[in-house]
Amino acid sequence: MRLSGGVRAPTLTTFTVAGDQTVELTGAEIFVRCLQEEGVDLIFGYPGGAVLHIYDALYKQDKVAHILVRHEQGAIHAAEGYAKSTDKPGVALVTSGPGATNAITGIADAYMDSVPLVVFTGQVPTHLIGNDAFQEVDTVGITRPCVKHNFLVKNVKELATVIKKAFYVATSGRPGPVVVDIPKDVTAHKAEFSYPKTIRMRSYNPTIKGHSGQIRKAIDLILTARQPIIYTGGGVILGRASKSLTDFTRLLGYPITNTLMGLGGYPATDKLNVGMLGMHGTYEANMAMHHADLVIAIGARFDDRVTGNIEKFCPYARIVHVDVDPSSISKNVKVDVPIVGQVDNVLKAMIKEIKADPRKPDAEALKAWWKQINEWRAMDCLKYDRESKLIKPQHVIESLWKATKGDAFVTSDVGQHQMWAAQFYRFDKPNRWINSGGLGTMGFGLPAAMGVQLAHPGATVACITGEASIQMCIQELSTCLQYQLPIKVVNLNNRYMGMVRQWQEFFYQGRYAMSYMDALPDFVMLAEAYGHVGMRIENPGDVEGALKEALKLKDRLVFMDFITDQSENVYPMIPAGAGQNEMILV
Amino acid sequence: MRHIIGILMENESGALSRVAGLFSARGYNIESLTVAPTDDPTLSRLTLVTSGSDEIVEQIVKQLNKLVDVVKLMDLTEYRHIEREMMMVKLRVGRDDRDEVKRLTDIFRGRIIDVSAATYVVELTGDSAKLDAFIEALRPFEVLEVVRSGVMGIARGDVALKI
Repeated sequence: MRLSGGVRAPTLTTFTVAGDQTVELTGAEIFVRCLQEEGVDLIFGYPGGAVLHIYDALYKQDKVAHILVRHEQGAIHAAEGYAKSTDKPGVALVTSGPGATNAITGIADAYMDSVPLVVFTGQVPTHLIGNDAFQEVDTVGITRPCVKHNFLVKNVKELATVIKKAFYVATSGRPGPVVVDIPKDVTAHKAEFSYPKTIRMRSYNPTIKGHSGQIRKAIDLILTARQPIIYTGGGVILGRASKSLTDFTRLLGYPITNTLMGLGGYPATDKLNVGMLGMHGTYEANMAMHHADLVIAIGARFDDRVTGNIEKFCPYARIVHVDVDPSSISKNVKVDVPIVGQVDNVLKAMIKEIKADPRKPDAEALKAWWKQINEWRAMDCLKYDRESKLIKPQHVIESLWKATKGDAFVTSDVGQHQMWAAQFYRFDKPNRWINSGGLGTMGFGLPAAMGVQLAHPGATVACITGEASIQMCIQELSTCLQYQLPIKVVNLNNRYMGMVRQWQEFFYQGRYAMSYMDALPDFVMLAEAYGHVGMRIENPGDVEGALKEALKLKDRLVFMDFITDQSENVYPMIPAGAGQNEMILV
Repeated sequence: MRHIIGILMENESGALSRVAGLFSARGYNIESLTVAPTDDPTLSRLTLVTSGSDEIVEQIVKQLNKLVDVVKLMDLTEYRHIEREMMMVKLRVGRDDRDEVKRLTDIFRGRIIDVSAATYVVELTGDSAKLDAFIEALRPFEVLEVVRSGVMGIARGDVALKI
């Protein structure tokens, strides 16, 4: 990468302050100090001309570690993996121009899935902004539609306050990515450093507590419902409300369904859990939603992949909706009782109200409702051919679940394998399932797994992927070697872009336009070329053994290339435009 | 239905483009948008005229509120309010036209604010319908330019959009 010129390197002062003397620091040093003050221990990035002062300041300290990715998209996904598997924001640092544009896919991904990220982008020196300078791009303009907020820092004196604001905005309310664009000269200029302890923004005050009158209205509906269902999403995970949700659900004994983003918010193996809902959700979850007389939506946003045809969505139900973001409420589906507030806070308030209420859920009605749900359950909608001579992808995931005792961190890419992972790896804990839900970004899985593994060094991290998705960020195998990340890559290789192929089979009379992956690399050799262990598994009988062997290699990345049945489809399925009760079963 | 929304925003570069970008990204209509700093130079006041069903306008209000730079907003349509728009019209006026244009300007309570050998510039303030009517009345004459400010709005009585 060529380096942009412009500003002379600064003379660095030391960080230590003698006595009362205030020492001026360069913007680059202030940047590093801010990260330290925020408790950031790890950032993901890629250097370039506009951020060289910052890299120099990072070089001279050892509190903030830097992970060098191989492409900026990987830096953002890794930061997402880090954030989604912990309760901390992810932090990334990229250079101006192509550094920033390469990061866009990741930033948009984080925006759709409300991932708390702070992304620092270098910018050309302020006097060159707008001049079409080398590696200049209007980062604030390009990222505006896909960030929660962004800043351009024009004066070194603002830098610390802006960084404080960035972390505050990214992590509070409905979380999201915040971009801070820093021109090169700002990182060279000096200012006194003081990091604000707290920050108040008159224009930004996320709601915390739910309105008590609304909560009472909701309780009236909840305690008088005859066919209720609890429908929860990623907001439960992001809002760290899993414990409260579990208490709430068990207190009522109502069926619960989780969205793709909400898996792990309530234990998947618990009998009250009827599985995921939506396009590839379970029959029982979708039928229960369709027939419910009350839907209690918590931290979910009625996404089109969940609702199916909106005209046919939950025709008999009244809807209670708890969400931290008022704009999520009544956006797609009109709700009866909206409650704006932090999910955990509202759930705790509701639990208190329910316990204090003399009314109890109608046991008779509930019994009948469960009887009906169990009949739907008996359809066994996730069944597949266990006698097949070819490896069934579902079998691989199920075996992975068993081999890891359901306790691994699992990332995925996007497509059929993602749906099978969601259906067959049963998450009992939050923050264990890390995938790209809203944007559906192929290439997410491997770099996200890096972030997860770095956040949880001793843990088992599996990346469930396919031969198409994995190639979109395959270069990160090199990063994995550099930092010794023992990720277990589970490649479900069916030689097709499976989900595209499935739609072409169903809706385009089998015209498989461009969905066949020709000229695939030998993934075993590829893994070895990157310094990892490669395995190819071709027989169903070898699946368990291979997984076991791979999991034993605790300090090595193992790339398992499972050659799977090419014709397998994801079932059940709600076709586009259909209602929740119109599922295609196997 | 037409809605007129008053917005107080941080007076920072890029704040206006956040509002404009939101409307284009989500496919909302903007009929007009005016903006200028207030008596407090750290704040800008916008007046935005939009239209849509109740559901869409509810979303517009929520999405605007969600913008980090938006301090406060008010759907003025829900209150008794006053709307004003300002217009400047440049006309080519021949010797024979001058009296008639002057008379029309008086009727509409406008003012002639620039005169040259062949042109007038007329300034007129009022609600949008009045401005439309004036343009209609000028049809027999040769209009060279029309400059309209877009609608500004303020609530009547004690209701105020302030922090």
